[in-house]
Amino acid sequence: MNFQAVKAIYIFEMTRFFRTMLQSLISPIISTSLYFVVFGAAIGSRIDQVDGVSYGAFIVPGLIMLTVMTQAISNASFGIYFPKFIGTIYELLSAPISFFEIVLGYVGAAATKALFIGGMILLTANLFVDLEILHPVAMVAFLVLTCLSFALFGFIIGIWAKNFEQLQLIPLLVITPLVFLGGSFYSISMLPPIWQTVTLFNPVVYLISGFRWAFFGTADVSIGVSLLAIGLFSGLCLGLIWWIFKTGYRLRS
Amino acid sequence: MSAILQTIDLCKVYDKESGTAFEALKNVNLSIEAGEILALLGPNGAGKTTLISTLCGLVSPTSGTATVGGFDIVHDYRQARALIGLVPQEISLEPFEKLINTVKFSRGLFGKPRNDALIERILRQLSLWDKRNDRIMELSGGMKRRVLIAKALAHEPRVLFLDEPTAGVDVELRKDMWNIVADLKSDGVTIILTTHYIEEAEAIADRIGVINKGEILLVEGKAKLMARMGKKELRIDLQDPVASIPEGLARYHLALGNGGQSLTYSYDTRGERTGITGLLADVAAQGLVLADMETRQSTLEEIFTDLVREDAA
Repeated sequence: MNFQAVKAIYIFEMTRFFRTMLQSLISPIISTSLYFVVFGAAIGSRIDQVDGVSYGAFIVPGLIMLTVMTQAISNASFGIYFPKFIGTIYELLSAPISFFEIVLGYVGAAATKALFIGGMILLTANLFVDLEILHPVAMVAFLVLTCLSFALFGFIIGIWAKNFEQLQLIPLLVITPLVFLGGSFYSISMLPPIWQTVTLFNPVVYLISGFRWAFFGTADVSIGVSLLAIGLFSGLCLGLIWWIFKTGYRLRS
Repeated sequence: MSAILQTIDLCKVYDKESGTAFEALKNVNLSIEAGEILALLGPNGAGKTTLISTLCGLVSPTSGTATVGGFDIVHDYRQARALIGLVPQEISLEPFEKLINTVKFSRGLFGKPRNDALIERILRQLSLWDKRNDRIMELSGGMKRRVLIAKALAHEPRVLFLDEPTAGVDVELRKDMWNIVADLKSDGVTIILTTHYIEEAEAIADRIGVINKGEILLVEGKAKLMARMGKKELRIDLQDPVASIPEGLARYHLALGNGGQSLTYSYDTRGERTGITGLLADVAAQGLVLADMETRQSTLEEIFTDLVREDAA
């Protein structure tokens, strides 16, 4: 195991994050605050409690998930795409380092950044609503797992992308709609039966549901199914990354 | 000396999107001794960069084997790559990063622990120490090239690949690079460089390899190559011009030049008899009076051009 290499990649990536700390943090915090103003105050004041929780508090787990997923994806995809774009990927490919170590460095750094921003969103949410976390350990575990699995997914997007447009394509066209339709702002029990069934095909539902359970003890699907879903997603991403490095897809000719 | 780098029938075939295959490397057999400088010459698209990229792990070989320090580049890639440093052709650097951080990153990537004294020594050697806290984008093109070398040296490689290190740089910097290469050689580093500049190979290499269309045409000691392949020319300046080459000198296939005032004789240094003695005697017998004489050795460039032309024929 080349720990020095993992450490070098991790520190290099985190340095980039701290170098652009202001824009890395300000943007998600402002977005989240706007969500609270619009959904929590303006619309939420007209909505009764959802599953025994005030609407303002109810949307907190969904908002954190929304930010964490998009941040994990964008940080991981940019982290590996940028060396490809500027040509410094040669150094990574010629170093005595395995695919697992490369992934550990980049995905670890991207997940840390997303986790950090998720924490900041949680603190911001506390300014708007009273929050009580019922299962704090489960909450942290869900947050970490989501950061890691979506950073893995972002890493795949970064390798697949041939240009900056493609880098944005999947987060904008796939992830954002899935998160919005995955129960971030509502309980799926509020939907008509047919849409409840359709929603169950959305993998993000299981993540938000599990995360919300950690906060309030109520969930749209069972916690076991949520954990299974996140495990399957992570396994799928890892398998794909293993195949990418084995075949050299868009990395080695 | 023992071979630090060896390739046996190394091949690389690219599958083009059109479905056709392109053989970039054809059964490349190379053996490079520890501590030597090998210059790899070849026209554009000859396979120089593909060969280096394959040995460094950027390109997967289609068949054949290659070892660095006795380690297979595919199966023992960790040990093999740990011995290699690569200075790429393109200036590929993270523009917003500080110079010193990017060099430290390279060392870490190769599994080496932090060594500030070594990094300082390398940066001083490359005249970069004063710029260590500058961001890469603030450096000049020449300095960026030095940074690439610093990054390649940060993990103390035993084999250094320089892919056209002086392409597009000014004469002064080119000379600086040659000095750096000489210093590295004195430290025992084996250097394989590709270049378009024949004089560069002539100035710094111990051996010359010529590659064309993915095939190694020859690898030979520079001096030996010059002696073996080199032709010499003898130019005889006459006191009085002649209208044509006299009949008695026809067998020497002389070229008449300088308005009939000079005769040029080409001869092969490999031949047992150069024919110079006979020529001079016959020139005198024709009643021609010599004003001056000069001999000239073929340059490496002419040898290289001849080789590639022969290969194309």
